[in-house]
Order: sequence, then structure tokens, then C-alpha cells
Amino acid sequence: MATEASAKKVAPRVEMPCQPPAERRHNFKEVALGYNGDMAATEASRCLQCKRPTCVRGCPVEVPIRDFIREVAAGNVERAYEIIRTANSLPAVCGRVCPQENQCEGKCILKAKGEAIAIGRLERFVADTHLAACAAAPDSCPSETSETQAKGRVACIGSGPASLTCAGICAAAGLEVDVYEALHESGGVLVYGIPAFRLPKDVVAAEIAGLRELGVRFHLNHVGGRTVDVADLRKDHDAVFIGVGAGLPIFLGVPGENLVGVFSANEYLTRINLGRGYDFPEHDTPPFPGRHVTVFGAGNVAMDAARTALRMGAESVHIVYRRTRAEMPARAEEIEHAAEEGVEFALLSAPLRFNGDEQLRLTSVTLQKMELGEPDASGRRRPVPVEGAVEDLETDLAIVALGTRSNPILLDATPDLARTERGYIEADPETGETSIPNVFAGGDIVTGAATVILAMGAGRKAAQEIVRRLGGK
Amino acid sequence: MPTPILRKERLIPGKTSKLVLHAPEIAAKARPGHFVMLRMSPEGERIPLTIADTDASRGEITIVYLVLGKSTALLEALEAGDSILDVCGPLGRPTKIEKVGTVICVGGGTGIAAMHHIAKGHARAGNHVVAVIGAREKSLLLFEKELMGFVNELVVCTDDGSYGRKGLVTEPLKERLEAGGVGEVVAVGPVPMMAAVAEVTRPFGVATTVSLNPIMVDGIGMCGACRVSVGGKTKFACVDGPEFDGHQVDFPELRRRLAAFREQEAESYDRYRKEQPHGN
Ligand SMILES: Cc1cc2nc3c(=O)[nH]c(=O)nc-3n(C[C@H](O)[C@H](O)[C@H](O)COP(=O)(O)OP(=O)(O)OC[C@H]3O[C@@H](n4cnc5c(N)ncnc54)[C@H](O)[C@@H]3O)c2cc1C
Ligand SMILES: Cc1cc2nc3c(=O)[nH]c(=O)nc-3n(C[C@H](O)[C@H](O)[C@H](O)COP(=O)(O)OP(=O)(O)OC[C@H]3O[C@@H](n4cnc5c(N)ncnc54)[C@H](O)[C@@H]3O)c2cc1C
Ligand code: SF4
Ligand code: FES
Repeated sequence: MATEASAKKVAPRVEMPCQPPAERRHNFKEVALGYNGDMAATEASRCLQCKRPTCVRGCPVEVPIRDFIREVAAGNVERAYEIIRTANSLPAVCGRVCPQENQCEGKCILKAKGEAIAIGRLERFVADTHLAACAAAPDSCPSETSETQAKGRVACIGSGPASLTCAGICAAAGLEVDVYEALHESGGVLVYGIPAFRLPKDVVAAEIAGLRELGVRFHLNHVGGRTVDVADLRKDHDAVFIGVGAGLPIFLGVPGENLVGVFSANEYLTRINLGRGYDFPEHDTPPFPGRHVTVFGAGNVAMDAARTALRMGAESVHIVYRRTRAEMPARAEEIEHAAEEGVEFALLSAPLRFNGDEQLRLTSVTLQKMELGEPDASGRRRPVPVEGAVEDLETDLAIVALGTRSNPILLDATPDLARTERGYIEADPETGETSIPNVFAGGDIVTGAATVILAMGAGRKAAQEIVRRLGGK
Repeated sequence: MPTPILRKERLIPGKTSKLVLHAPEIAAKARPGHFVMLRMSPEGERIPLTIADTDASRGEITIVYLVLGKSTALLEALEAGDSILDVCGPLGRPTKIEKVGTVICVGGGTGIAAMHHIAKGHARAGNHVVAVIGAREKSLLLFEKELMGFVNELVVCTDDGSYGRKGLVTEPLKERLEAGGVGEVVAVGPVPMMAAVAEVTRPFGVATTVSLNPIMVDGIGMCGACRVSVGGKTKFACVDGPEFDGHQVDFPELRRRLAAFREQEAESYDRYRKEQPHGN
């Protein structure tokens, strides 16, 4: 395979145009602007069309990457879209938020030679072009029809990427699908967590509208385990899929954490994204203003919170992280974008306590300086406190982005559902089936906080099994 | 899902109303102590309100609210025949109702409505229910008639003495505790009232349940907005509560956290009132 790569001299990757940092740090418009047709065709023509493409092995849902890229290079964008859709029901979303550098692009043969094909950007281009064409001429975009004869009803609880994928595949196979979502908008983290400057809400809405056209019924403000029980749903549905995510926020457990001004990233982002707090007072949900913002954690969630705080008018935003930049779990592109926009990094620092005034409002955080010590079991060098190295950082808004645990509502209401030691739902890795027959689960509620595409992969696996059991192929 | 308002009763005109909603799925599951999250408009905020009563056979739930800011003002602008944009529930843990003998249920202001549903549960469980309710003045008193239907004793207090006993609910409460034989005290109302009740019962060692009203965003345990300190531990009121042991609650912290968005709330409400043709 090395010969395929060495056959041609590798041209550089086509850059993606972006809003300039000085401008974008003041607005919620999308940062990355997307390829135009020429850029896409040029980038696609860099692809070697490998006989045994390695890129696909990096894709959790096995999009036929080589084949769709070939169509883009030839200018057949609609054909490329059809090819992607055989494996991925939310390509406009995935093209924007998948960690491509660790997945398809990480496995692309060209990575060693120079720069991997920009698979994610091409996927986004194809999906955006398709959605724009549909918006312009809705009749020209027929919804998929079923080739199988599956018959029956399926209920999906939650409406994040796991459930949306499961619903889409089941509906396309001819099944009747009901989605039950606790919030008043569907999309899960895609709408309440990931900010619009990275994933515009109309992109998510367009992909969900596609599911409605397939006949999927959305029941909003329906809480699984409260408004509807799994046991009730099993009575009038042949299969139930649980995709409720892992929403319960983890706090640091340090003194002062309940001061006014200390937020979970979930609350901070939900107020601004789901509640449209960036548009207060046109929308009623108030955002919390912060002049000096500190964000704890270094994953995608932390980057999103930090960049959001800048856009909400903060004078300074610090990411506080106990290791170094090299260990940050966020996508490389997001860390770069954050730095370009002016987010500062307080590395090798861990919070000891939050300090407040007599109104119990946050005024500063006391940080313990750390250094990297011996490698631990995971092979990463463990941060250890530097004795006596303690300092205060002024802050009036602290955002804790340390991850989440499983939300207890549905689990407590469904005692016969087997759980893992860590409190997530136990599901068969091949089919997604839980300890209750014909009840499936997938996404963050099975794996713990992970990625959009892994949640989609789990939704797809379960859907294929459900369709098979209900008489389809 | 838009939820139709079947009936509206203005309990205190312009301030407090009772709405009966057609919500069969929620009515079927609702127990005393549960609440719902509502949103009045597509631009609106999700706010929590207690389910004050249910009639599962007719698919009805009742809510009672005090107009405090924009969201509750929007609710007050709706009439029977209109629909509420979103009603989500039932949420929270139901009240723990056990047979303990005598239960004193203390209610203040709008909290009387929520207390009433809990008192009803205690009466049904066979407890001897003493209701102590209070308001600033006679015209602000709620649910007296409804409570009379099932409680064993009813004590009414007003701050200004315009009706019932003059003074705070804590006085008759203390006297009743001194008489002895009380198994549990339940208090629902303004934070200072619940804090005061907990201080009165503490020396008697009587179990005291309070229903907390912190700011909530989702109501399903995903945001942590509703966290309160109980016995030194952080609890999420929407999934661990909203009822907690009053002797363990950090009330000063709750009061501060309730004031976190005061400026924005005032801005929202002022704007709303200016936009109204008649003002109110
Ligand atoms: C801020 C942020 C940024 C992220 N960035 C990225 C990224 O760049 N790339 C990436 O790949 N991943 C990212 N992730 C992770 C990714 O979003 C999640 O892994 C993925 O969304 C999980 O999908 P899911 O379907 O399992 O659950 P979720 O998306 O969490 O959806 C669950 C849904 O179920 C609903 N629900 C919960 N309980 C109930 C109930 N009892 N009844 C009914 N409904 C219920 C919730 O309201 C929610 O809508 C990010 C996450 C966050 C929070
Ligand atoms: C579990 C629970 C049950 C409740 N039951 C009732 C009830 O039965 N009747 C009733 O009148 N009130 C009840 N409340 C309080 C009610 O939710 C608030 O009065 C309402 O949200 C105020 O909204 P607003 O926009 O009108 O006022 P705002 O101007 O937004 O706020 C006025 C005051 O209400 C409180 N508040 C604001 N936003 C919220 C929020 N999202 N959640 C909770 N409190 C908030 C704050 O103390 C604030 O100072 C309950 C609260 C909780 C948590
Ligand atoms: S994207 Fe990379 S690995 Fe995949 S076919 Fe093209 S060159 Fe080969
Ligand atoms: S209101 Fe969000 S966790 Fe309770």
C-alpha cells in the first residue's frame, strides 16, 4: 500500500476558510465556513482511491469514504450524498464534530506522506450541498423508501445522535417510530451542548426534519421513567431503544463549589444554547455574565464553554488544567481555535477552593501548581502538587467541565435493567440488547461520555438488529 | 406538547391563580410532591411549578402560582381555552408518606397549594393532620376551604391580624409541638419561613420536611443549577428532592443562589411590562 502513496507527489491539503479570530470571538456564527465546489473537487482529487482503503477502518460506522470522494472529484455531489447516507444519517453533523484526526483521517494512507485527505470537510461539503438543494426545491429530495418488509413499532427514549440514528434506520425500513425526549427540543447534546459557532442549530434541525419526513414521530417533554415507563412502552412497541446520554454533571468536590458564579458546563451551555441565552433578553433564559472566567477541564466541552464565554463578552478566559497542553483530550482543531480567539491556558494547575464575598458570590479560585511525575498505570505522567506553590486567580464565573455520570431518572425507574459497575447500562456489544428482551441501549448511557459517531454507531447496530427481528433485512 | 387550560380561578387577582390542565399522561403518574417544568412561549424559559392536585380519572392536574417575574406573568396572561406551550413531568421524588400519627403541615403564601397536596396524602394515609397556614393578610390566604375538607385541625395566621391569629405560623406550631405527640412536620413556603420552621422544630427533635425551590433549568438532573447543600453534601433538588430534611439544609446558601440572576430577571420583567398595552 505504501506504493500507492509514493506513486504521486502529495499536493497540500486545501485549507478551510474560517471567520477571522478577531471577528468571530464576538459572534455565534459558524467559525469554519466550509469548502466551495472548486475547493471540494480539488481536495477530493488528492485522494489516491486506494484499492484497500485504510480510511474506512478508522470510521466507526464505515462510511464508504473512497467511493464518495470519487464522486465529489467527478462533481457528482448528490451521488456522493447517497453513498454517505448508506452508512451515516447525520453527515452534516459528523462532518463538523467528529474527531477525524483520530479516526478516518488518522488512518488515511496519506497521513504519513504529508497531509491526510480532509475527509470530514468533504463530508460536510456534500451534506451541506444536499441540504441547500433540498431547501431550495423540497420536491426534488424524495425521502428514502423501504426495500424491506419489516413491520412493527419502535420507541426511542432520548433524541441525541444514538436515538436519531436508530430512529432513522428503523423508519427507513418501514417501521413506525416514536421518539420520546425530555427536553422541548430534539437533538441531545447537538442542540443543548455543542455551541452554534461549531454546529449551527439549523443544520441539526434540517437533519431532524429529514427524519420527520420519514414518518418518525417526536414526543417532546416526555421523560422516560417519569411520563412514560419502559414497561409501558414495551406493551405497545415491539422494541425499545434507550439513548438517554450521560447527563449528570460531575463537580470538583472542593470547598466553595456552590458559590453564586460556579456552574457546570452543562448548565452554562444549556442556558446559552438550548435557552438561546446569547439572545437575552429577546429570549428569556438569562446567561450568567462573567468578566474573568475560569474553565476547569480540557476536553471538547471545556473548549466550547471557554469560547462561549469569550463570545458572551468576558474580558479574560482561562482554561485551568492539571497537566500540559500535550495531554489535553479536546480535538486539536478546537484547542487551536480557542487559542487563536484569545483563550489563555493555566496549565499544571488544579483548583483547591473557590473563594467568595459576603454575598456568597465567587471572587477568586485558589490554584495548586502541579508538575508531571512518574507515569501511572495508563502510561501518562501523573500530575503531582508542587509543595507550597499556591496562587489565587481572580474569577467571577467558574465553569466546571470535568465530565458526566449516568443520569439516574430512567435507571431508577427501571430496576430490572442490568447496569455495569460504573453505573451505565449493560448492553450486548454485538446487538445493543440489554438484560430486558427487545430493549436496546446505546450511546453515552452505555459507554460513558464518548463521541457523536460512536453513539451513532451504537444506534445503527441496535437498529439493524431490530429491523432483522421484525422481518426486515 | 401544548397543554390545554381547562379552568382558571383567580385566587388573588393579578397575583395568584389556579389552573386546571388537561394532561392525562402526567396525571396518571403524578404523586404528592411532584412538580412540572413549563414553558410559555418559544422564546421562553423553563420554570418549575408544583403539582398542587391531580385527578387521574379525568386526566387533570392543577397548578397554583405566584406572579413574580416574566414567566409567571406570561402564564397569568393565559385564560381557560388557551394552551401552555410545554408541560413536562411529573418530576422530582414523591413525598414520603408514612403513617406516623400526627403530622403538622405548615404552609405559607403560594406554598399552601403545594402543602395542600402533601397534606391530602397524609390524610389518606390515615394520619391526624394539623394544617397551619399563614399569609400577610386575609386577601392573600389560599386553599382554606380545600384544606377544611380533609384536615383534622386548621390554624390560620395573618401578619396583620386581618384574619385568624395575628402573627407568624411558627407561634401556633411551637404551641402544638409543646402539646406533644407530633410525628412529623412538613413546611412549604418562602425560604425564610421554612428556615424558621426548622429552627422551631429542631429542639423538639421532630422530623421536619421542607420543599425547596432553587432555580432550575432542565429539571431532570442534567445541569446542576438546582444544587443545594444538605448535611454538608451537594444534592440536586430536581432528582434528589425537592423535599429534604429541614434540619440539614443550608438555607442561607439557598437564598443567595436564588438571587443569582436577580438583575437579568428584573430586566426581563421590566421590558415585558413596558411592552404591555395597559401595563400591570
Ligand atoms: C459541550 C459538548 C461538546 C462535545 N463535542 C463533541 C465533539 O466535538 N465531537 C464529538 O464527537 N462528540 C462531542 N461531544 C460528545 C457527544 O456530544 C456525545 O458523546 C453524544 O452526543 C452522545 O450521544 P447520545 O445519543 O448517547 O446522547 P445525548 O446527545 O446526550 O442525548 C441524550 C438525549 O436524551 C435526553 N434524555 C435524557 N434522559 C431522558 C429521559 N429519561 N427521557 C427522555 N429523554 C431523556 C436528553 O435530554 C438528550 O436530548 C460533546 C459533548 C458536549 C457536552
Ligand atoms: C420544585 C419547585 C416547585 C415550585 N412550585 C411553585 C409553585 O407551585 N407555585 C409558585 O408560585 N412557584 C413555585 N416555584 C417557584 C417558581 O418556579 C418561580 O417563582 C418561577 O420560576 C419564577 O419565574 P418568573 O420568570 O416569573 O420570575 P423571575 O423573574 O425569573 O424570578 C423571580 C424569582 O423566582 C425564582 N426563580 C427564577 N427562576 C427560577 C427557576 N427557573 N426555577 C425556580 N425558581 C426560579 C428566583 O427566586 C427569583 O428571584 C417552584 C420552584 C421549584 C424549584
Ligand atoms: S481517503 Fe486516504 S486512505 Fe481513503 S482512499 Fe483516499 S487516500 Fe486512500
Ligand atoms: S434543574 Fe438541572 S439538575 Fe436540577
